[in-house]
Amino acid sequence: MPPDGLIGQALPRVEDERLLRGAGRYVDDIHPEGCLEAAFLRSPFAHARVTNVDLSEAVRAPGVVAAFDGAQAAALAGPLVFDMARIVPEPVRRSVDPLVRVQPMPSLATDRVTFVGQPVAMVVAESRYLAEDALQLIDVEYEDLPVVVDPERALEPDAPLLEPEWEDNVAIAFNFRKGDPDAAFAAAHATVEERFRSHRYMAAPIETRGVVAAVDPFDGRLTVWASSQTPHLLRDFLAGALGYAPDRLRVVAPDVGGGFGMKGSIYPEDLLVPMAARELGRPVKWIEDRAEDLASSTHGREQVHRIALAADADGRILALRDDIVHNAGAFTTLGLVVPYNSLTHLLGPYDIEAVDVRMRVALTNTGVTAPFRGAGRPETVFAVERAMDRLARELGMDPAELRERNMVRPEQMPYATGLVYRDGADQVYDSGDYPGLLRKARELVDAEELLAQSSEERRIGVGYAAYTEGTGVGPFESARVSVEPGGKVIVRYGGASQGQGHRTTLAQIAADALGVRFEDVEVRGGDSGELAQGFGTIASRTLVLAGNAIVEAATEVRERAKRIAAEMLEISPDDLELAEGAFSPKGSPGTKLPLGDVAGFLSPFNPARPKGESADLAAGSIYRPSTVTYAAGVHAVVVAVDVATGMVELLRYAVAHDCGRVVNPTIADGQIAGGVMQGIGGALYEELVYDDAGQLVTGSFLDYLLPTASEAPELRLAHLDVPSPLNPLGVKGLGEGGAIGPPAAIANAVEDALHELGVVVREGPLGPSRVRELIREAVKAGHGKVNTVGS
Amino acid sequence: MKPAPFAYHAPDQLDEVLALLGDQDHEVRLLAGGQSLVPMMNFRLAAPEVLVDLRRVESLRQLRHSGDGTLAIGAGVRQSALLREPVVTDGWPLLSEGARHIGHPQVRSRGTVCGSLAHHDPTAELPALAVALDARMVLASASGTRERSADEFFVSYYTVALEPGEMLLEVRFPRCPAAAGWSFKEVARRRGDFALVGVAALVEAGDDGTVSRARLVFCGVAERPFRALDAEQAVVSGASFEEAGRLVSEAVRPMGSIHASAEYRRECAGELAARALSEAWERATGG
Ligand SMILES: Cc1cc2nc3c(=O)[nH]c(=O)nc-3n(C[C@H](O)[C@H](O)[C@H](O)COP(=O)(O)OP(=O)(O)OC[C@H]3O[C@@H](n4cnc5c(N)ncnc54)[C@H](O)[C@@H]3O)c2cc1C
Repeated sequence: MPPDGLIGQALPRVEDERLLRGAGRYVDDIHPEGCLEAAFLRSPFAHARVTNVDLSEAVRAPGVVAAFDGAQAAALAGPLVFDMARIVPEPVRRSVDPLVRVQPMPSLATDRVTFVGQPVAMVVAESRYLAEDALQLIDVEYEDLPVVVDPERALEPDAPLLEPEWEDNVAIAFNFRKGDPDAAFAAAHATVEERFRSHRYMAAPIETRGVVAAVDPFDGRLTVWASSQTPHLLRDFLAGALGYAPDRLRVVAPDVGGGFGMKGSIYPEDLLVPMAARELGRPVKWIEDRAEDLASSTHGREQVHRIALAADADGRILALRDDIVHNAGAFTTLGLVVPYNSLTHLLGPYDIEAVDVRMRVALTNTGVTAPFRGAGRPETVFAVERAMDRLARELGMDPAELRERNMVRPEQMPYATGLVYRDGADQVYDSGDYPGLLRKARELVDAEELLAQSSEERRIGVGYAAYTEGTGVGPFESARVSVEPGGKVIVRYGGASQGQGHRTTLAQIAADALGVRFEDVEVRGGDSGELAQGFGTIASRTLVLAGNAIVEAATEVRERAKRIAAEMLEISPDDLELAEGAFSPKGSPGTKLPLGDVAGFLSPFNPARPKGESADLAAGSIYRPSTVTYAAGVHAVVVAVDVATGMVELLRYAVAHDCGRVVNPTIADGQIAGGVMQGIGGALYEELVYDDAGQLVTGSFLDYLLPTASEAPELRLAHLDVPSPLNPLGVKGLGEGGAIGPPAAIANAVEDALHELGVVVREGPLGPSRVRELIREAVKAGHGKVNTVGS
Repeated sequence: MKPAPFAYHAPDQLDEVLALLGDQDHEVRLLAGGQSLVPMMNFRLAAPEVLVDLRRVESLRQLRHSGDGTLAIGAGVRQSALLREPVVTDGWPLLSEGARHIGHPQVRSRGTVCGSLAHHDPTAELPALAVALDARMVLASASGTRERSADEFFVSYYTVALEPGEMLLEVRFPRCPAAAGWSFKEVARRRGDFALVGVAALVEAGDDGTVSRARLVFCGVAERPFRALDAEQAVVSGASFEEAGRLVSEAVRPMGSIHASAEYRRECAGELAARALSEAWERATGG
């Protein structure tokens, strides 16, 4: 769509100049005078009883100010209780009748540890070096308990129990059924059934987590700087856990170097660092190191799908069955969020009448899994989109053609899937052109000429992945727009940026809605001291929710300003126009009353100010969406596989995407490109591997392999934007979409490249050793023949 | 990820380095580029009591090309010099090409050639290159210097033939036969990662147009650089490069890791051998 005012313009990010100069202010840049530093002793065992923690030597070590064990921490701050995770909206209950069990999480382990990396003790010292020296003097006695790492094993009747009081390891379970899947499978022309596994990987943001806490000796107020996506939720949590009135506690998320969902959870350190600052009366800092991040911050993915599709001879899919096991790790901190997303995105862009899904979420002795860019969607898309390719192969159809035949058509919009979304509303796709996205992706990837270069040794294949994404979930976001007497506009919002460019996009929205210049708008977020209410930046929601809240607040400010300006100019408000920050009577653009003068007119120092008007030209708004909007995308990729070495090369990657109305194309493209790179990481490089004893084998960047610029393919992007009818801006969320497609699309392309050998890809990442293993197995099973030197 | 306490010295004379290194009462380690040692210290996998930094010792930073054609690389010379110095890129192109596979520019411009050799990660490129190119290692301690061949120097994983108090003073590469064709092939998970398998190949063509001499040395397939003698011999006796590759696959007994199974390394070593031999042969014969 052509730009409409500032919206749609590729304005440069206002954030960049400061960040590129190195003038960013991240949590670790904040070091109040007298600040102490904390370090954590973490469990080296996946499952053990803790029989004794001896801190006596550590507290006497040089520079140590205090040390805490689980019992002390419990007495001072109690466990972490995730109340929000327990909430199940009534319509969800009626639709799938879920079991949801949420355990409290001890801030420091008391009697048991249940995963490697779980914090057991905290030392606070004059420096991090001294704190880490003292950790080595802590003596902990552990008694081994049996370990379970594999989620399917955890569901077996004789599996070791994570929670001794539970009868099994099932944290969450639900079923969904619509239509008559049994009849459809019985009558089908073709069926396929496979087991696909979405492996565990994680956000690994460039800035790890971090917390600084300081009590102001003047008034006892506590300020916490945290690398968080949800500072307001953290404030509310800390207020409860530490017994502060919310107004005596301020949480600030300053510059944050990436979150991707990982910083949307609340962690033990978030509670322990402020607790220590309060107890010791000195500021305390903790910056997570990379080893801690890999072991102890939340992980993503890890689901096993036993999925089946039934189709008629024309390739119409008649039914889908899926039996899903999701690995929660040692705790479920967010309840239904991820597993339920996997259900509500399983059908994706496809119109499938009969569905039968079972979901079981198992506790295991591994790190906690929680939302990570896509949050349940990449997992489910991997299974469905792989199954689509298996079905296409079975039917002898082109996989893109099979997809197109089954897609919800634009004229079916709004389209009800028959499911209930996590927010309790019926799942109804608001708008979109899925076949159009597929056509666009095919056109962009332009596979034919590349496929023609395929040879026996270097086989080339193409793969697709299509998905929908519910974005902009409630319950609310807040915003406040105020005009300062000088004419400057300040926009406060309840979210927090981790690099998404909110200061740019939200300013574009505010400037347009208010009628002021872009340069005159300053956006402030991530600070509970700036705005009392807020929810945070998770789930591709900020543009949709904060954006529309800003429109509402700005509209109210504009209307009030117009009324006052009309009084000042003694004409009717209907005869006034506001543009570029100044009112003019219609038809006489030469006469200008700057908005700042209107704000100034309200000053209490002005004897002529109108009676009964408040002194500030400002308005707040809380935007509560009716439900989510549905973004969608189709990814297409061409790969080359070196048959003898198993190396996969991405020759070209294309994304056709619908995020509703695009506010800033540069930022939108950047979001998709970044997401695609994280997806490529999952598809080819990144995996968190636990051994049978529950040891994390990939505990550093030596073994946990993030893609770098060297691994980036040629990327072609197109937006096919169908505005959402659900909100005034017409926007949909876009932060996560890029990361949803790559694992499925790349696996499909690799399988396509190797199909003559009979290779079936069931899990990633597709490193060369795994690819060779697939080829060897296929050749051994007699599916194909290949000559290589080594075999 | 903070190191345990240590004492730090950065002397500017070699004899001071050697004197400090000779201290029998403390665990003393040399600090060269720090690209392996510092991460190990941050993980507290290494906790030396004394660090002796080589960076101020001017005499160690020399890369000398002597009259007899030998290239001598001092303990202070960075890996990036192998890619930058014309005497290396022209005279020892195999060494340059192999070094290109070490990490990224940031790593190579800190990491030293001798540090990599002394550290001896069995997947590292330089130990295999040193064996392939018949390098001589000059070892020095407070009581004098001695020389060892590269083949004698590398013992096993992270173990080399250095005595306590001894350092690798320099590595000497004899003149590389001008007629030799060369190739370096490697597979790694990502660009710049340690090799899953890598191979350095050298071949010379005889007057009769057949292979007169071949050299194949691998990293990543054994506890030290692995020289495929059978395959070398076979190639000289007229075997095809594919046959040589098969012999390599039969000969190697690699270990598996999460990034590559033993089976993968075994078959890949053979494949890379065949590819490297044919590329080297093309270079040798100007093909
Ligand atoms: C991100 C990254 C990627 C890397 N990728 C690769 C790769 O692909 N291939 C590869 O080969 N390497 C790689 N490395 C390692 C790199 O090459 C190191 O530089 C090298 O292994 C050690 O050299 P250094 O000079 O840094 O030694 P240091 O780290 O300073 O020392 C290493 C060890 O050798 C000892 N030592 C150093 N110099 C001497 C000497 N002259 N005599 C005796 N002992 C000595 C030290 O005491 C220490 O025990 C990588 C490193 C990083 C950080």
